[in-house]
Parts: sequence; structure tokens; C-alpha cells
Amino acid sequence: MTALQPPLQPPLETPARSAGHRLRWTFVDGWILVKRILTHLKHSPGQLITLLIFPAIMVVLFGYVLGSSIVVPGGGNYREYLMPGLFVMTGFTGVMAIAGRVAADVGRGVMDRFRAIPMARSAVMFGQTGADLIIGVLSSVVMMACGFAAGWRIHNGPVRALEAFALIVLMRYAVSWLGVCLGLRVKDEETAANMVPLIFPLTMISNSFVPADRMPSWLRPIAEWNPVSSLVAACRQLFGNPGQPTRGQAWPLLHPVTATLLWSVALLVVFVPAAIRIYRTPKN
Amino acid sequence: MEPPADGADLVVYAENLHKRFGKTEALRGLDLAVPRGTVLGVLGPNGSGKTTAVRILATLTRPDSGTARVAGFDVVRQADELRHRIGLTGQHSSVDLKLTGRENMVMFGRLYHLSKSAAEKRAAEVLERFGLAHAADRLVDTYSGGMRRRLDLIASLVFAPSVLFLDEPTTGLDPRSRSEIWDTVRDLVRAGTTVLLTTQYLDEADQLADHVVVIDAGKAIASGTPDRLKEIIGSRLDLVVRDAASLAAATGVLTVIGAGAPETDEPKRTVSIPVNDTSPSLTEILRRLDQEGVAVENIGIRRPTLDEVFLKVTGGASAGSEQMTSGKGAA
Repeated sequence: MTALQPPLQPPLETPARSAGHRLRWTFVDGWILVKRILTHLKHSPGQLITLLIFPAIMVVLFGYVLGSSIVVPGGGNYREYLMPGLFVMTGFTGVMAIAGRVAADVGRGVMDRFRAIPMARSAVMFGQTGADLIIGVLSSVVMMACGFAAGWRIHNGPVRALEAFALIVLMRYAVSWLGVCLGLRVKDEETAANMVPLIFPLTMISNSFVPADRMPSWLRPIAEWNPVSSLVAACRQLFGNPGQPTRGQAWPLLHPVTATLLWSVALLVVFVPAAIRIYRTPKN
Repeated sequence: MEPPADGADLVVYAENLHKRFGKTEALRGLDLAVPRGTVLGVLGPNGSGKTTAVRILATLTRPDSGTARVAGFDVVRQADELRHRIGLTGQHSSVDLKLTGRENMVMFGRLYHLSKSAAEKRAAEVLERFGLAHAADRLVDTYSGGMRRRLDLIASLVFAPSVLFLDEPTTGLDPRSRSEIWDTVRDLVRAGTTVLLTTQYLDEADQLADHVVVIDAGKAIASGTPDRLKEIIGSRLDLVVRDAASLAAATGVLTVIGAGAPETDEPKRTVSIPVNDTSPSLTEILRRLDQEGVAVENIGIRRPTLDEVFLKVTGGASAGSEQMTSGKGAA
């Protein structure tokens, strides 16, 4: 042990009092924690590569293996019909990734250390969801590039395309808060990993891969009111891909952009406070 | 409890803490006090409420009732102010395994609102001072258990916490890592930090703590300095005679001068008896044994270990059982 030095001085700043000051620090702390997750990715390039290869695999799997025998209602290229579904699917599977990251922090005691640090209760969650947002944007861009290579095109101009992209990112952000809640509630990473099969059907019982109209009557309402379907329909509408709304469909599919916005807001209103509440009151 | 004369200088003060998880009563009226610049060792078996007590004092859990103040702040009502003054190292390594040691330290420094350059400087300083500079840029994942725990301990030092809570800081570590952690804790205390540590190891409390509180089933059942606690059992005089035939004579001498009943072990040729301050000196005892013609092979006064104290106050083999909660410690 080296010679003892005088005790390190604590930062002299007194705890923030004003709401503005607090809010600013919430974002500063959140950003520090965003960078933490991004540094994880930097240290494990394998994880990053998986993240980038996954979209290509999905395009081959669904676009070519299955897609070769599927006929699009109303005509059109199946891979053009499919791509919005895959964009959305990548967004929703992100839920499990974030749940796993949060569960790992809980299981390893990192979350307890964060709790003992004088930062806003929400900063840890903003850090996790913020990092997921960046990962989400990145993987969506890669997915779109893969789609482009497979023949998917934007037909309604850049502004609408950007609107669609914004909706994808917004919905991903909203469901990532659900992921945080799940991650905080489970015991460890492994339990979180075991929940993957639960999220998968959610993305399948939708209009992502096949139109909801052809499903049996008991399944059809689930698919029609699934937020996945709203977002997929919104993307098809804004990108101008096959599978436009037709008369007789359920309300969310006829007004997909509005439905997607409502779903996103609803998810945020429910799961943001829920996540913060769970974080504040640990089980033990 | 042994409250110091100046009650205002208690850095940690908890009174009548109660906490229940479902059907389990983790704390049943726990009192704790730690004077400034000292180390309190909280000793107890698994499930005695040690961790719950630390979590309450470190603002992670709210007590159902009772009050606690740390560094002058109420743990419930002033939790945020308090968090600026405490460091916590839990039972599990709570550093980020997927970051390097340095990245961990800088991140914690930034979260305590140091500037980027100050955080980097502080991280380098602390890593150097506590012997982790050589591993600073490796992922914590690749550290040994002892190194991880050490990093965990010093992660709180990116700022200078006035109180440090260590929950079983050496559980599961090899002896060398343990003594390294002990050195680190001693260093921190010398630098003026007040420490509350929980442990299952009595030698750890003996090594580090100024005061020890033994808790069982959510209540303090004994407290005092390690020396004071050992007095509960008292010292013993152990005598080994050269010839088993003189055992009876030796027992006779010791019975007169001892402070209790002698225990004789014939095959081992030993007599053991409790002694206290009024017992004659060792020289005097030897003289009397000599007079009786007892040839002494070995004689010595043995101070009890904290283990013996612990077993005694927790009711021997039934440590952790219900019956002991009524036992009042000798503090």
C-alpha cells in the first residue's frame, strides 16, 4: 500500500434544489449511463456484429425462404410487403435485449450501487432506454439497407419515409420501457432470457407477415388490435408498400398512424411511471 | 449500547428499527450507533438482519418503523442529501463487469458530478493508491474475485464518503484477498472514514472493528469493544501437567484460585479453569503448584476468541434460534 494521502475532497456542490437544475442533472446522468451501455458494445464487438447480421438473416429467412410461396393480397412484391413487418419486429425484439441488460444490473448489484448514488431515480432508466434508442436507430438503418438490397423501396418520398422511421423509433422507445419493467422484476439475466418465447408470438400474431383478414375469427381481433399491426400498417402506408388499408378492416388498421401514436403514448404513460416506481421500491 | 459521551458525534444512529418482508420479520427493534471515525462490526449469522440493516442505513430500503440518521441526515426524509455522503459495497460485486476498472471509476466519479477531467484524475489516483493501476484498463470480467471486491470497495472513493457501508466485504474471498481488503479498510479509516461493516467472520470483526454488535433474529443481543465482549466469557487458565498422576493435585490447587469450576481432561493431562482479575498471578500459581509437587509441562492464560463469545450469546449450537432473542447482552 502506498503512503496515505489526505482524504479526497467531496465535490462541494450542494444537492440540486431547483426543478430545472434537477432536470438538467437527470439528463447529464442519463447520458453518462447511455455511454456506459455503448461502451459495453465497444468492448464486445461480437455483440455488435450479431446486432448487424440479425437483419440480414431475417430478410433471407422471411423474405426468401418463406416469402417465395406467399402471395400478397391485392398483388405486389412480397418482400416489399414484408419489410415494414421486419422493421417493426426488430424493434419489438429489442424489448428482450433491454430486459436482459436491466436484469443483469439487478442481479449483479450494480442497480443497488446506482440506487445509493445521489442521482435522479429516473436517470438509470433514461440511460438504459436512451442507449436502446441508439441501438434501435442503428439496427433499423441496417435493416432498411438489407431491405433495399432485397428489393424494398420507398414510394412516397423522403418526408413520409422519415415519418415512418420516426414512428418505428418512437414505438421501440415506448416498448423499451416495458422491457425495463420486466428486467427490474425478474431475478436475473437468465430468467429474462427465458421470456424471449413470450415476446415472439406478439410480433407474429399481427399483419407483419400475412394479412390479419385471413386469420380465424378468434385470432383476428388480437392481430388487428396488436400495436405491432398498427405500426406495420402505418409503415406500409407511409412507405407506399403493398398491403394498404382496405374497407372493412378494424379501426387501428384504417388509421394506422393515429393508432400507432396512441399506442406509443399509452405504453409510455403506463410503463415510464411503473418502471420508476419499481426501481424506487426494490423487493428486498 | 455504549453511547459515547458526546451523542452529537454519532455518525450512524439507528433506533428501534423494524422491517418485515411478508411473514419474515427481518428487524425487530434494532439499535445501532457508530461514533465518528470508528469501525462498527455488525456480527450475526445468515438471516439475522445484517443486510437489511445496511440497506436501510444506505437508503436502499425504508424501515417499517423506527428512525435512523446517518451523517446527520434522516435515511428516509433526507435520503438524497445523505447519498452524497455515503458509499456502499454490497455482498455481490456491484461494479460493472463489462467495463474496465478505470471506466468504472470514471463513470462513478461522473455520477457524483465531478468534471470529466477531475473524474479521470481521481480514478487514476485511487486505482494507483490501492494497487489496481496495473489492471486499470482491463475489463473487470477478467479480474480475480479479490481484485473485483477491492475495486468495488474503492469505487466509493472517487468522492470522499464520510460513511462507508460494507456488507460482508470478504465473504467468499481467499485469505490473501481478505487481508488485502482489511488493509484497504484500515487505510480508509485512518483517512477519517467512518465504517459500518457486517460480517460472519469473528476474526474480521476482531481485526477491524472498534465496536462490535452481535445481532440475532433482528435484534442486538450483545455489544461492546471486542475486548469487552470477550470478558463475557472471561479468560481461562490452561495447564498441562507432565504426569497424569499429578492431575488431581493440580486440580486441587486451581480450584482454590480459579473463578469457576475446573475442567479436567485426563488423556490430555490438562486442567482448564476460568480466571479473573482477582485471581493470583501466574508466578504465584506456579509456586503453589510446585509446593504440591506438580510438574508443569505448559501453562498459559488464554483470552477467549470472539467465536466463543458469539456462540455463548447466541445460545451455543442453536445460533439464530428464537430462544436467544430474549438474551440480553452484557454491554
